[in-house]
Order: sequence, then C-alpha cells, then structure tokens
Amino acid sequence: MNAHKRAQPLVVAHDLAKTFDVSAPWLNRVLEGKPRQLLHAVDGVSFEIQRGQTLALVGESGCGKSTVARLLVGLYEPTRGGLTFDQQDAHAAFKSPDAKAMRKRIQMIFQDPYASLNPRWTVEAIIGEPLQEHGMISNAAELQARVAELLQSVGLSALDMPKYPHQFSGGQRQRISIARALATAPEFLVCDEPTSALDVSVQAQVLNIMKDLQRERGLTYLFISHNLAVVRHVSDQVGVMYLGRLVELADKHSLFSNPQHPYTRMLLDAIPKMHDTGQARTPVQGEVPNPLNPPSGCSFHPRCPLVTERCKTERPAWRELKGIKIACHLAA
Amino acid sequence: MSLLQVKNLVVEFPSRHGTLRALDGISFDIAPGEILGVVGESGAGKSLTGASIIGLLEPPGRIASGSITLQGERIDHLSNDQMRHIRGRKIGAIFQDPLTSLNPLYTVGRQIMETIQAHLPVSHEEAKQRAIRLLQDTGIPAAAERIEHYPHQFSGGMRQRVVIALALAAEPQLIVADEPTTALDVSIQAQIIGLLKSICKERGAAVMLITHDMGVIAETCDRVAVMYAGRIAEIGPVHQVINQPSHPYTSGLMASIPDMSSDRERLNQIDGAMPRLNAIPPGCAFNPRCPQVFDRCRQERPELMPARATQAACWRVEGGAA
Repeated sequence: MNAHKRAQPLVVAHDLAKTFDVSAPWLNRVLEGKPRQLLHAVDGVSFEIQRGQTLALVGESGCGKSTVARLLVGLYEPTRGGLTFDQQDAHAAFKSPDAKAMRKRIQMIFQDPYASLNPRWTVEAIIGEPLQEHGMISNAAELQARVAELLQSVGLSALDMPKYPHQFSGGQRQRISIARALATAPEFLVCDEPTSALDVSVQAQVLNIMKDLQRERGLTYLFISHNLAVVRHVSDQVGVMYLGRLVELADKHSLFSNPQHPYTRMLLDAIPKMHDTGQARTPVQGEVPNPLNPPSGCSFHPRCPLVTERCKTERPAWRELKGIKIACHLAA
Repeated sequence: MSLLQVKNLVVEFPSRHGTLRALDGISFDIAPGEILGVVGESGAGKSLTGASIIGLLEPPGRIASGSITLQGERIDHLSNDQMRHIRGRKIGAIFQDPLTSLNPLYTVGRQIMETIQAHLPVSHEEAKQRAIRLLQDTGIPAAAERIEHYPHQFSGGMRQRVVIALALAAEPQLIVADEPTTALDVSIQAQIIGLLKSICKERGAAVMLITHDMGVIAETCDRVAVMYAGRIAEIGPVHQVINQPSHPYTSGLMASIPDMSSDRERLNQIDGAMPRLNAIPPGCAFNPRCPQVFDRCRQERPELMPARATQAACWRVEGGAA
C-alpha cells in the first residue's frame, strides 16, 4: 500500500439517496384516485470513511440507517448519488461482469444471528460457502483449515465445525456471522445493529472481538446502532440521522462532549444514566413524524426546542462548521 | 406490611427429558408504592417471575412450591376464575409490545371502559369520564376525541401510553411491567419511563419493573433484584447494587455495560454464557464463569445473605467479609 492510497478515504458516499415507491396498486390509483406515493428512505447522505476507521450511524427506527447499510453493500441500488470504494464506482462494479471482486471486499453483518444463519447447514458449510463461491480454496482439506482458522479468530474452536447453529448461544452465533463475513478477507464491513439482539455481557464479548479484529487486520467499519453508549465505545466518527438525512457528522469526541444539533442533544439527553440515579432527565418532546409525509423545512422542526420561522420553511443546508458537518440554521 | 411477598418460588417445566427448574427458590417482597427492578440476561427467569405473579404462567409451566402473597392473601394457587378478579383490579400488567396488548377491533376507549366496568361498580357515563381522564393523565393530547380511535391510529409511544392507562384503569396497587420500553425508540423510552414513574407515584401503586436495561433501572427503581439462571444473585437498594455490587456476577454485568463517562479501550467481559436449564452446574450456578471461584462454590449452593449494603447469594460475602 503506498502513501498516496492511504490518504484517500476508502469509502466515499456522495449524495446517496434511495426512494421506494409505496403507492397503492395501479387499479386502486385509477379507481380511487389515490396519488403515487414515494418514500424517501435515504435522501442525500454524504460521508467518507478512512481506511481502518469506524463510522457509526445512529438514529431512531425509520431514519434510514439500515437502508444506507444496504446501499453500501449493493443490496439496493441508489436512486441518486453514488458510492466510491477505493476510488472505484462501487455500484458500477456491482453490475460489471467481475462484480464478485467488489463483493469480496465489502461484507455485511446483520442484526439477528438467529435469522441470518441457515439452520440446516453446519458451521463448516456456513463459513465455507463464501470461500468456495469466491474460489479461494482448492480442496476440502484447505477449506477445513481455513474455516478452523476463521473460527479461532473469533474465539470459537475448530471442533465447532460439524455443529449446527441451534447448538450455539446468541453471542456465539453472532461470532459465526462475523467469521463468515471475514472469510473473503474483506476490507470493509458493514455492521447493521450487530449487538442489538444480544445481552450486555455477551455484547461486550462481541464488541471486543470486533475491535481486536479491526486492529489486527486494519478493517474499516460502518457501524449502525441506536445505542449511543455502544457507538461511543466503538466509533471514530459518528453520523446522526433523522428522517433519511444526516443532521450532524463529527468525530466521536466533539459529538459526545459538544453536540451541536438540537436532535443530537435530545438523543444524548434521552440515554438513561447509570451513575447519577434518581435524576430526572430533560423531557423529550414528540415522536418521529411519518416519513411518508415529512414536515416542511427542517424535518426536525416540530420537535425542536429552538425552532424559528425559518426552520419551518427552509430546509437547512449540509455545511461544514468548525470541523464538523451539520444541517441546522441555528448552529454557528 | 409488604404489599407483595414471594417466598421460595419454584417454577418447573415438565418435559420428556425430565423436569426443568426455571425458577429455583425466588424470594423477595415489594412494599406499597415501591418500584422494584428485576434485571438479568435473557433466560434468567425475570419474565417467568412476573408471569407467576399475575397468574399467566404458560402450561406446562407450573408453580411447584413456594408462595405468592398479595396483601396477606395467597394468590399462587387460585383458579383461573378467581385470578381474573385479581388481574386488573389488584395487579395491572404492562407488556413489551403495545400493539399485541391491545385489541385491534375495538376503540381504545371501549377497551379501557370495559376494564373499568369489569372491576368497579360505575355507570357507563362515569366509566367514560374515567377513561378520558386516564388518557389525559398518561399524556395523550385531545383525549376526548382519541377515545374513539382504534389502536392502529396511535403511534408506538402513544400506544404504550394507552396500555399504561389500561393497566391503571381499575386502580390496582401493583403494576407488573415486563420490558415496557424495549420495543420503543430511545427518545420515546425516556418519556414512557418518566410517565410510569410519576403516574404510579401519584396513585401510590407499586411497580415491579422487569427489564434488561440497567440504565432504566438506575433511573427508575428504589430497589433492584439481579437474576441469574433462575435465582436472585443480588438484591438491594439500587444505588448500592450499581455502585458497590457484592456479587461477582453483578460487578461483571456492570463493567460490561458501555458507559457514557469512561474511555476504556476494551469492555470488561464475562466469559462464557449463562447455562441452559438442563445443565445448571452444582453449587453456585455462576461458578464456571466466576473470576473469584473457590472450592466451596462448586459444591454448595449459596443462599442470599447480607453483604455490605445489599444481599448477595455468594460465599465470598459470607459473614460480611467481602
């Protein structure tokens, strides 16, 4: 790897957008005069991730963070904007004849380890499949050796190879998912709520393994979570999403010590604190609006304590401010 | 006198491979107006404890021994019919998913009024006024109109408010809330916890709050019971359990939670996983994972005993040593 390459961010998302058509069927639209309805799940999201770093996306359900994850691994095609991976257009690569070369470099870990592993396959088959699919091994002995090595790298044993997923606990299953994602030796891992389905003591095991692997292999992570304490632990940079858009993107320390966007402040206030018991936190107002019919102007304005007339009509631009990025009229 | 007293509660599930003991000698009590938190990992038995108290244990699960006493009366061996008069009237229940707790075919007003009239001798009109007041008290705007709406017309947070109103409808003295905020977003979660706490305080209702979220416990409860493998590992005032835990499992659990105020590179992890019901080790159930294990832990099972500021089931604290 030369010095020039290291300075370039590995992942660049530029104005990524994904719109879903959720209209009623054609006949109902004609007969009942229902209009077409578009859901802007992700509406112009831009960020960069440096090699070996972790960007975390946080936000409440329905804010589009999982859609971003699916856009990054090519499960969805963007409606607008694009994704550059190691200076190549990733979505063009996903469609080209050697799409496999790109897929090999970007892998994903899903939330629910009970749903993401085939219950009828042995661990050996689950972890070995990507190795065979990408032609990374030539015979059965080599396959076994590689799978054993992968299992050991996530703290499981080679003896686990003939077992089935139901024989493992949730935390162990999530480690199998990680081993499978690592099989193709990817550079970039997209992790969609990887520990949300796990108990805290097990969550700590999985987060520690993910950090160790990042250090050993120089992995780059996009880490999606709604748990701000977990995000604070794993990330270098944090992006806060609200109704399909980023509202604030900053390095971890400035985001947590000096949040600028009122929504970020609200989220931070909402976390139950372990060590100052009995203290009432700032009450949070309102709920996330219906994404099918988002508010005008800044989509956060109906819940914002600092709302002005301008916020109700004019959508705030995504701009740079003292080293962070923010979409808010009032931040200065 | 305590409001609820649970003594040596044992819940068993008979199965083809022998009887599984899911709760093994649980004892605690709740004072009137008190909020008791019950925390633990999945499978520790917290929801089963709640289900036993409200008499909704799924067969083949059954209470094998022990007693549950509410206001001096035993309720653990009542028939379904007798239990129906207690549920709602004396014990209210709030579950995790507000959508499945409400009947989608009836308006929320009708559901609340039904509960009120089933338990209290009031007229239709009076019941309606009470239902509106309940919805107002739980923070639902325009309650007089919302009472005519169906559950699907409410958002997730609003639905959980309706469920809380429903649980309080017949003015019970005890609310069993099983993961009431787990299905909600963080910003909504804060609202619901705040509401639950203030509304129960106003009415003097005691709450048994079951959750896996230690942060919620810290903010809400007076006392907390930490469960592990069907037993209570530690119980005591919430500040003491969090800040100076005596049981190694509690300390491990606290240290494994990512904290907003510290900058540790690695989280403290408890190696291994909670044992399955058919493979609970002899002695202390936590001994294979315990960093402070010694011989006695592998042979003899510790009961709850006084520790520094709490009660812990651990040989290390015997005689107040640890």
